[in-house]
Amino acid sequence: MPLRVCSFSFSRPSSPSSTVISIDSDTKMRPILMKGHERPLTFLRYNRDGDLLFSCAKDHTPTLWYADNGERLGTYRGHNGAVWCCDVSRDSSRLITGSADQTAKLWDVQSGQELFTFKFGSPTRSVDFAVGDHLAVITTDPFMERTSAIHVKRIAEDPQDQVADSVLVLQSPEGRKRINRAVWGPLNQTIVSGGEDAVIRIWDSETGKLLKESDGEVGHKKPITSLCKAADDSHFITGSLDKTAKLWDMRTLTLIKTYSTVVPVNAVTMSPLLNHVVLGGGQDASAVTTTDHRAGKFEAKFYDKILQEEIGGVKGHFGPINALAFNPDGRSFSSGGEDGYVRLHHLDSDYFNIKI
Amino acid sequence: MLQFSFGSMEVLDIDARAAKLGIDWSHVNLDSIQLPPGQDFGIESDDEAVYHDDQSEFDTGFGNIIVVDHLPVVPKEKFEKLEGVVKKIYNQIGVIKENGLWMPVDPDTKMTLGYCFIEFNSPQEAQNAKEKSHGYKLDKSHIFAVNMFDDFDRLMNVKEEWEPPQARPFVPGENLQKWLTDEKARDQLVIRSGPDTEVFWNDARQKNPEPVHKRPYWTESYVQWSPLGTYLVTLHKQGAAVWGGADTFTRLMRYQHSMVKLVDFSPGEKYLVTYHSQEPSNPRDASKVEIRVFDVRTGRMMRDFKGSADEFSIGGPGGVAGASWPVFRWAGGKDDKYFAKLSKNTISVYETETFSLIDKKSMKVDNVVDICWSPTDSILSLFVPEQGGGNQPAKVALVSIPSKVELRQKNLFSVSDCKMYWQSSGEYLAVKVDRYTKTKKSTYSGFELFRIKERDIPIEVLELDNKNDKIIAFAWEPKGHRFAVIHGDQPRPDVSFYSMKTAQNTGRVSKLGTLKAKQANALFWSPTGKYIILAGLKGFNGQLEFFNVDELETMATAEHFMATDIEWDPTGRYVATAVTSVHEMENGFTIWSFNGNLLYRILKDHFFQLAWRPRPPSFLTAEKEEEIAKNLKKYSKKYEAEDQDVSLLLSEQDREKRKALNEEWEKWVMQWKSLHEEEKLARQSLRDGEVSDVEEDEYEAKEVEFEDVIDVTEEIVQESM
Repeated sequence: MPLRVCSFSFSRPSSPSSTVISIDSDTKMRPILMKGHERPLTFLRYNRDGDLLFSCAKDHTPTLWYADNGERLGTYRGHNGAVWCCDVSRDSSRLITGSADQTAKLWDVQSGQELFTFKFGSPTRSVDFAVGDHLAVITTDPFMERTSAIHVKRIAEDPQDQVADSVLVLQSPEGRKRINRAVWGPLNQTIVSGGEDAVIRIWDSETGKLLKESDGEVGHKKPITSLCKAADDSHFITGSLDKTAKLWDMRTLTLIKTYSTVVPVNAVTMSPLLNHVVLGGGQDASAVTTTDHRAGKFEAKFYDKILQEEIGGVKGHFGPINALAFNPDGRSFSSGGEDGYVRLHHLDSDYFNIKI
Repeated sequence: MLQFSFGSMEVLDIDARAAKLGIDWSHVNLDSIQLPPGQDFGIESDDEAVYHDDQSEFDTGFGNIIVVDHLPVVPKEKFEKLEGVVKKIYNQIGVIKENGLWMPVDPDTKMTLGYCFIEFNSPQEAQNAKEKSHGYKLDKSHIFAVNMFDDFDRLMNVKEEWEPPQARPFVPGENLQKWLTDEKARDQLVIRSGPDTEVFWNDARQKNPEPVHKRPYWTESYVQWSPLGTYLVTLHKQGAAVWGGADTFTRLMRYQHSMVKLVDFSPGEKYLVTYHSQEPSNPRDASKVEIRVFDVRTGRMMRDFKGSADEFSIGGPGGVAGASWPVFRWAGGKDDKYFAKLSKNTISVYETETFSLIDKKSMKVDNVVDICWSPTDSILSLFVPEQGGGNQPAKVALVSIPSKVELRQKNLFSVSDCKMYWQSSGEYLAVKVDRYTKTKKSTYSGFELFRIKERDIPIEVLELDNKNDKIIAFAWEPKGHRFAVIHGDQPRPDVSFYSMKTAQNTGRVSKLGTLKAKQANALFWSPTGKYIILAGLKGFNGQLEFFNVDELETMATAEHFMATDIEWDPTGRYVATAVTSVHEMENGFTIWSFNGNLLYRILKDHFFQLAWRPRPPSFLTAEKEEEIAKNLKKYSKKYEAEDQDVSLLLSEQDREKRKALNEEWEKWVMQWKSLHEEEKLARQSLRDGEVSDVEEDEYEAKEVEFEDVIDVTEEIVQESM
């Protein structure tokens, strides 16, 4: 596995309002470039221990990497379409993937064996294991006559006992608009979804009742592209094409913070260690000009979670950033781009000493 | 009929009134109430942009009746004959309604009364009939007097004796210059983004713009400040409107010109020129152009010009779509005395006293292609290119208006093009001349410099050190004697500075210096001179170099990525750079100090326009200004102290804000922690009893031996022997 190393620096934004910190220019963080996908990246996921990194892309094979050195462990072969999303169980034994081939698949992480296939009549967009890994929520796209739906599946302990039936199916009131992400709320009592209609909804995961909707006034104005929840399920952050990311309370759906940037947001993540959020994006792939890579702003932007101010940016991708994930230890993060690369960044001491 | 006057009543009043009348107010569907036509119960429409059509015709029913007087008085026997004659006359003009002719008869004498009423089918016909037949001679003693029936009331009410009109009491107008008296001496700027048009104070101390006025859909195409900053003009379907006033922007005047496309002020902002062009239905015809000149203060239309686009341009390839704007070029100075129009082989100069041509005729100048007014005097410079394949040389001439006397002219040979640049105080005119080389395959450039204020207007020829350099940009220092030129080859041309007079050399132009290989394609002098921005716009990604020409040193270099526009504020203290919506990305503007410090940056999607509000020229004399500049320390002390106060206050505010944010966040975190703790057991059970959370989840290093049989091969070892 050849590793290409590129220079990289944690650059300050030229915002005059915040105090300037100096970063020793000699110590530069060098990212690890991981080229294992032939098509744009779609999703990145660390396991709980933070030693493994799963990547999904528009080619058909989710890939597993060592989160430390970027070495590739293996691939999961079996899907016949772009893979949009994945999730790994708490004990890192099971992987679930959702794909445009209208299936979601369960895999054995270690052997790469395909354990079960959930078939849907339309592409599956997002997957998420519940606390305890006995349940999974899978969203499907609007396709032909089918409207976008959220399916809750029971995951059997033993793959032999696995059944395809849904425990619960939720239909979005805006069925023709795609649901881009659905995740479990605290204690699996709720499901939080967001999608193209720019509305965040909280559902009762027992009854399927719609409990809450985000306020149109303060909420997103354009499709929600990504959703990332905090480790303790207390709050979550959403990214949207309206060039903002918003932080919400997961129980009450109160808007807590808004982070504004200059480009549509495709991916968001939060540092588990510091009060930082990371926004990734860039203009639509089809609108990317050939002039200058700076024009697209393909930067992962760091914001102070509390003050909502930009603290820095990490450049590098040649194309919009589609996926971001923070290592659970908070000391590294990775980004996946339209350019087909995963860039794995180990954050250096300068980063941890940032003061604003 | 219920009569509520909604306009003046508070909701409470309405409730009380409803209770009194015994009406359950909540059951009344307001939308179902239909007002009688023409009634508005004093509710004013909030759509103030509605233009009232003054010519609207009310169908009072008598609009199509005329009264014909001075008919012969005839007895009963001749009645029918007269009726026949009258019918015959008026049937030629319009269609008389059935039974539309009524000739009253005196009931006693049975004689006609000498007049009749005629009703036509339409008011237009009646009007037409009135105009055509008024004064018609039936015979010597009977000359028709025709009037509209509707006019009778008016005519009857004319008083016999003239009464002097009542003088209206003087109402002091708003102080239109109030923005100049801002305590902090800030400047205003207007921006348009999306549907909104906003006016801000540029508050550089607070590093923030302070909103003054914001209005969505204020204009239908663009906005423009008047040259002295008094008015902001907006364009609408019905015409143009100007806004201004003491505190907020109120509409001061409207100028009716439907589908107005372009506007232009005279330099002293006395007159407003509006332009409208209509695409021809037949693509081979030239488009139709209508230009109106209004008096800004009274709103009166002073003159309008109509014609095909050809009459307002010099033809040529560019003239197809319409005339080049501004069609009318105003002579310099605040008097707004003359304006000129260039058309094929003619220069038409109008004066504003009568709004007619000077001496009632245009100036004939064969093949003239460009004219330019001096910014301060009524001197017109004009350029005529070569004729007859070089037999007749090209010519640049200065003509004094209104005498039309040629002050100076110069013939130029083998010229391909000329551009004229006046210095802002009208002291110099630089003419950039592109000449063919001997082979005629390429061109090279030089300058002809006219010193207008000196005797006989001496002309000096200036060539660049390398005369084959292409000239990319040229700019005079405002109110100064220097100019800057970008010349050389892209992408890294040179920038040179010249002065028309230096201490050693008062009568000759001399070079001050050249900066090599700069990424620049545009020059922006500060309005006060001395400082200049060398900018690389568009293709150069918005490179900015803030340069001090006095010291010939670079103060700062910066970049506003993708910048498309640069504009100095009228005082030369700040610069705005903007990315307008020619790109999708990065739209917004940045404010810099004159020496290149970034002050603040505002991002706006669909950013269309930015314009500083101009200031009228200062009333201070040159000596006083010099004195202030000399003793700047004395004057600036007060402002520096103020600056410091503001910055202290700002950092204090910032600290407080951060503290509040942090406290608020802490509250959330505490809440989450306690909830998390509460739910601990539930979570544990969801995880089949596994101790759930990271905190108590101690890692246990277990060594697991893992044996895997990879492959088993059997090999038969043959024993030899």
